[in-house]
Amino acid sequence: MKLKNKIIGGAITTASALSVVLIIAIIIIIIVVTVIGGKEKISWEFLTAFPRDGMMNGGIFPAIYGTALLVIIMSIAAVPFGAITAIYLSEYAHEKSWLAQTIRFAVRTLATIPSIIFGLFGLGFFVQFVGVGMDNWFLGGQLKWAQPNLLWASLTMALLTLPVVIVSVEEAIRTVPRELREASLALGATKWQTIKKVVIPGSISGIMTGTILAVSRGAGEVAPILFTGAAYSLATLPTSFSDQFMNLGYHIYVMSTQSSNVDQTLPIQFATTLVLLMLTFTLNLTAVLIRSSLRRRVK
Amino acid sequence: MLPFTFKSSPMNPDLAKNKFLFTADSLKKKFRLSEFLSEKIITSVAFLSIAVIILIFVFVFRESLPAFKPRGKQNIEQTSSSGNKPESYGSSDSAGALQKPESYNGAEPAAAANKPETYSGAEPVSKENKPESYGSVKDTSVSAEEVNPDSEFVAKDNNNEGTLGSLFSNEWYPVSENPRYGLFPLLIGTFKVTLIAMLFAAPIAILAALFSSCFAPPWLREWIKPAIELLAGFPSVVIGFFALMVMATVLQNLFGYQTRLNSFVGGIAMALAAIPIIFTITEDALTAIPVTFTEASLALGATKWQTAVFVILPAATPGIFAAVLLGVGRVFGETMIALMATGNAALSGLNPFESVRTLAATIGAEMAEVVFGDMHYGILFLIGSLLFIFNFSINAIAEFYVKGKLVKKIQGR
Repeated sequence: MKLKNKIIGGAITTASALSVVLIIAIIIIIIVVTVIGGKEKISWEFLTAFPRDGMMNGGIFPAIYGTALLVIIMSIAAVPFGAITAIYLSEYAHEKSWLAQTIRFAVRTLATIPSIIFGLFGLGFFVQFVGVGMDNWFLGGQLKWAQPNLLWASLTMALLTLPVVIVSVEEAIRTVPRELREASLALGATKWQTIKKVVIPGSISGIMTGTILAVSRGAGEVAPILFTGAAYSLATLPTSFSDQFMNLGYHIYVMSTQSSNVDQTLPIQFATTLVLLMLTFTLNLTAVLIRSSLRRRVK
Repeated sequence: MLPFTFKSSPMNPDLAKNKFLFTADSLKKKFRLSEFLSEKIITSVAFLSIAVIILIFVFVFRESLPAFKPRGKQNIEQTSSSGNKPESYGSSDSAGALQKPESYNGAEPAAAANKPETYSGAEPVSKENKPESYGSVKDTSVSAEEVNPDSEFVAKDNNNEGTLGSLFSNEWYPVSENPRYGLFPLLIGTFKVTLIAMLFAAPIAILAALFSSCFAPPWLREWIKPAIELLAGFPSVVIGFFALMVMATVLQNLFGYQTRLNSFVGGIAMALAAIPIIFTITEDALTAIPVTFTEASLALGATKWQTAVFVILPAATPGIFAAVLLGVGRVFGETMIALMATGNAALSGLNPFESVRTLAATIGAEMAEVVFGDMHYGILFLIGSLLFIFNFSINAIAEFYVKGKLVKKIQGR
């Protein structure tokens, strides 16, 4: 009986340990394979040049530039709204009130909605509704906003990343000790003054984490921008909100599935994947480090 | 001696003129505009997420309405050129084809605004004149897409009413001359991929969570969780690319099946996307079990693994169930991996080594090519609505049912 117990126990412990090892091995394999496949091609020129010869040569600068624009506009839209929602949830709303719970449920639902649905929504709402409306009202039916462009893609992405921001800002606000808040209130500060002078400065690292995570998510997602603004190949960089743009993830997708010479451009694909992976990986790692130092602060 | 007193106590009214005096009025909260405004703004911004959910609901459904209009693709194109219609019907077929490009430019923006009107107005016409309208349809399609075999048009007779009915058929041919929008193969494909992904992801993720929360020493645990969360940060297009370029080949060599990209490869790739979600939520559920449970079990002489398997795991079942549900939701709606690694052929067989096409991948692959407002466009939005409803209900179940159960279980009620 004792031996049997030991065997089962050993098996379970080993199996569970192996699962952890397996997951971490997969992470390492993905990184290593991408690095090996792409390291030959990575160079300063690759990062700063335009594609040449029908994507066969040259760099991916427009894709990097487009991704950067996308995440910047997205952050400008998502971070303030996300942070304010988090402040409402943690400072103003009562934990048990149905309103707070509904908002929480909405945020969690937003976080679980498939990204392709955001793409559909962007197309149906921003392009087909807001865009058509803007064209009809301001431009007299001239077609400018009622087509996929940078602004609509960024706003769609902002909706997608909103819950990421909300969750991490709220987590950070929780780490601001209650005593600080009470001290501020006791000194006669109003609630808004307390939030402005105590809570927000105390949670600035959480807002940073949220922004970083949102940027990493936004840089990696492709499905929402498939039909709200990404383009495969553009001769010029986007200069206004109503331009289409190139995107790293979209570039990888099209090059690996729809280009005519997949095999020849394989190194470029791997290198592009490497750039995207390194970008999101670094961002996530930073966020994880900030977050773990936060957690330590709580303890 | 306090230097102030309240007005309500009528001890000495002279003191009321003292400026250090606190009166009931002065103790009242002052109205501050900035305070008031900021509070209102914050509250209204907080509604944004609810508003977004509702907007998504409304607009994804709104755009799927064309799917419920009882007519095919070509007829919608004609209704948008509504002005010339009676003429073109009466006159020769080629006239309709000739007028079309002209009327298009003018009518397109207007059609968006007048849509309900033109629809209701045109409906009886298209029904009465059916045989004639087919003639013109034939003509336009010939001019547009080369010559088609006549047999296609015979089948078309019952098409207009039957397109919606074909939702439940076994064929997904959205761009053929006789479009059929059978969701059945897509559903089969999606469920197949989801099942395969869950068969891989759920045991691995749950075991890993068990290790992290029950067996691992604290220092190791601090490393495992962030490490696995890093996998959640991998963009799905990167996982899809990895599956497409590396995993597909490796697995094909390993198992020796025919099609390189199939639901098996796609399922495993999606398992990679689902593992972090299941892991994180399961881990949270396992660590949320009160220490008293563990201590009681250990005090009764159970070993560590017995406690983990017979006490902690059962207590956390609702949480684990929620984790798996959310994992299913993630796989169900995953687009990029499905697009890149499942082969994208709408087959409805049950063989796991066959190419499949999932619901989300169908939207991703076909949305770029459809005409706004036509049947196919509507059907794709309809699929989107299906995905949305499915995910919404999964999340609702995970949220309310499971959470309530978990709390009850822990509290021993």
